[in-house]
Amino acid sequence: MNELAAAVPWLGKRNPLAARWLIIILAITAPLVAWQFGKSWVRILDFALLYMLLAMGLNLVVGFAGLLDLGYIAFYAVGAYTFAFLASPHFDVHLPFWTILPLGAGFAAMAGIMLGFPVLRLRGDYLAIVTLGFGEIVRIFMLNLNYPVNITNGPQGINMIDPINLFGWDLSRNLQIGENFSINSLFLYYYFFLLAVAGSIVFVHRLQISRVGRAWAAMRDDELAAKAIGINTRNMKLLAFSLGATFGGLSGCLFGAFQGFVSPESFSLMESIAVLTMVVFGGMGNIAGALVGAFVLALLPEILRDVAVPLQQTLFGHVLLDPEVLRMLLLSLAMILMMLLRPAGLIPARARYSHDHHLSNKLKQEAAK
Amino acid sequence: MTPRSVVGVMPARLMDPTAAPDWRLVRLGRGIMETLIQQLINGLVIGSVYALIALGYTMVYGILGLINFAHGDVLMVGALVALQTMTFLMGMAPGMSPLVMLSIALLVAIVVCMLLGFTMERLAYRRLRNAPRLAPLITAIGVSFLLQTIAMIIWGRNYHTYPQLISTTPLQPIEGVFITPVQITIIFGSAALMIGLLLLVNRTKIGRAMRATAENHRVASLMGVDTNAVIAFTFVIGAGLAAVAGVMFASNYGIAHYGMGFMPGLKAFTAAVLGGIGNLGGAMLGGLVLGVVESFGAGYIENLTFGFLNSSYQDIFAFLILGLVLIFRPTGLLGERVSDRA
Repeated sequence: MNELAAAVPWLGKRNPLAARWLIIILAITAPLVAWQFGKSWVRILDFALLYMLLAMGLNLVVGFAGLLDLGYIAFYAVGAYTFAFLASPHFDVHLPFWTILPLGAGFAAMAGIMLGFPVLRLRGDYLAIVTLGFGEIVRIFMLNLNYPVNITNGPQGINMIDPINLFGWDLSRNLQIGENFSINSLFLYYYFFLLAVAGSIVFVHRLQISRVGRAWAAMRDDELAAKAIGINTRNMKLLAFSLGATFGGLSGCLFGAFQGFVSPESFSLMESIAVLTMVVFGGMGNIAGALVGAFVLALLPEILRDVAVPLQQTLFGHVLLDPEVLRMLLLSLAMILMMLLRPAGLIPARARYSHDHHLSNKLKQEAAK
Repeated sequence: MTPRSVVGVMPARLMDPTAAPDWRLVRLGRGIMETLIQQLINGLVIGSVYALIALGYTMVYGILGLINFAHGDVLMVGALVALQTMTFLMGMAPGMSPLVMLSIALLVAIVVCMLLGFTMERLAYRRLRNAPRLAPLITAIGVSFLLQTIAMIIWGRNYHTYPQLISTTPLQPIEGVFITPVQITIIFGSAALMIGLLLLVNRTKIGRAMRATAENHRVASLMGVDTNAVIAFTFVIGAGLAAVAGVMFASNYGIAHYGMGFMPGLKAFTAAVLGGIGNLGGAMLGGLVLGVVESFGAGYIENLTFGFLNSSYQDIFAFLILGLVLIFRPTGLLGERVSDRA
């Protein structure tokens, strides 16, 4: 939160408290503003929040622990498919939301450890390729496990997934207050996801300044030195993978329930790369960076879609670059240009220690001990 | 022979709904031995394409320690540029002999890809040579997707049928074993290119400069080697090989697509690691081994898993091999380099 507040231009440095309140107010009123432009924009905001969750999880692995994971979306898939299996007519199982959520997170964490064990010794680019392979294997299985026993329903995916149901309160129904006032379900989802993101921010922040977070930072900066000062790098790596995967699994569950439909198409390599770009774009190793990156790169393609398509129609008379192409172009250029021009991202992680009083105080205390 | 799963991104049935996996056709009414030889031939054909691509990976890795993620997409650009040239030539000079046409297309593709390789190195990778370890890799991923997007803009999302300028009518050297002239050309063409490359690296002056740069940048530059030029040259050579491999790959399967470079790129990387990355001979061996393993795997997986898995899982083998090699023998079959270069 401090980082995020400090990232607010102008205000952040002068009055962090005001900046903090500004962010909170903006976060709460955002869907109301979006509603003015149409219902679909609220939906886009909902997805942006899911991307934020994903980016925060990937940031744990890539940014904090320095392990480049290109198969991250596989954990998202594990979460989403867990939800789809346990709450849809596909197997005719309808478990309650609060039962599936920990299951989805647990399965994803297990997948994370399964991936983590064999790749413990790998670093850098090798790790990236093996995790990419892992993601592809998961996708190939999702695509093909409809034969001879239909488990994943193949490329068609699973639909009619139960919506999120919080103790009998169905989020997919508009909330009726009084006679003629109702809150659209998209808002309900938005605030629910916002709560999830807020909780994750607190959790990840505490994690970052904890012993574990600092061990990760040490491991990221120099694995040999980290080993030498007694950090169990094996456990730390596994922890990073499984915690990152947990985030993926959780957001996967939310995604499945929110969208009501999952198919292998949503979990392609492109999505892994998209989430990675968000983290890289915002600034690796930095919560605010991941959040801002996810928000900007989730919203920008949609804005482009709205602006560029009519613009092209008036300019050339037909659509030259369709929105999907624009999205890929944007993401790949963001990745390349960011690395070349501003490798630390929009909000560089190094600035953290200068303004994060809590952390610097804690570090001082620890040093004094 | 019907084309089987061309690229991993696309299940075979989408490409041609009537296409049965060819190993099934192959197995019907034929002896075990013929099937075995057939799988071996298919494996060697695709393996020699992998080997050509793997050489590009391994050369760049040997010199820079960088996985040029975009290498597979250079292959795609090569295939599509050649396709474009062939289409153009067919329109311009319909009477031209297929071989001349193919040579011109190949030449154009090679030149374009070499320029592309040079540009990539110059604009993106050179600036990042001393950057933190993740930066060049992330850039390479970005370049890969950028190339795919540009190809998508130019050539669209459709699968293009690839002109078969060399005959695809299967020959039967042994009763029940089929090989097409295209496949024969692929095997011999790639073998010739590989020999040429080995001669270039081991016998020429620039080759010696390449080896010196791979050994130690700084010392090489102290000895008067223009390392920047050598690195650029390596990228250019690798891209040229990828262009040829792209045309071979597309001709073998009869299809080209903006995303076709991804899977062969990954598999060729696996081949490079399998053979020992940084080692030219290793890349060749790794490519052939991977091709054969994949071919056998796809052919026999259904029997081995009692019908639970089928040949749509063939892409998994490359990843499994990659994982196993990195865990148990990170130096690869022939390599002596350490694996955990950051």
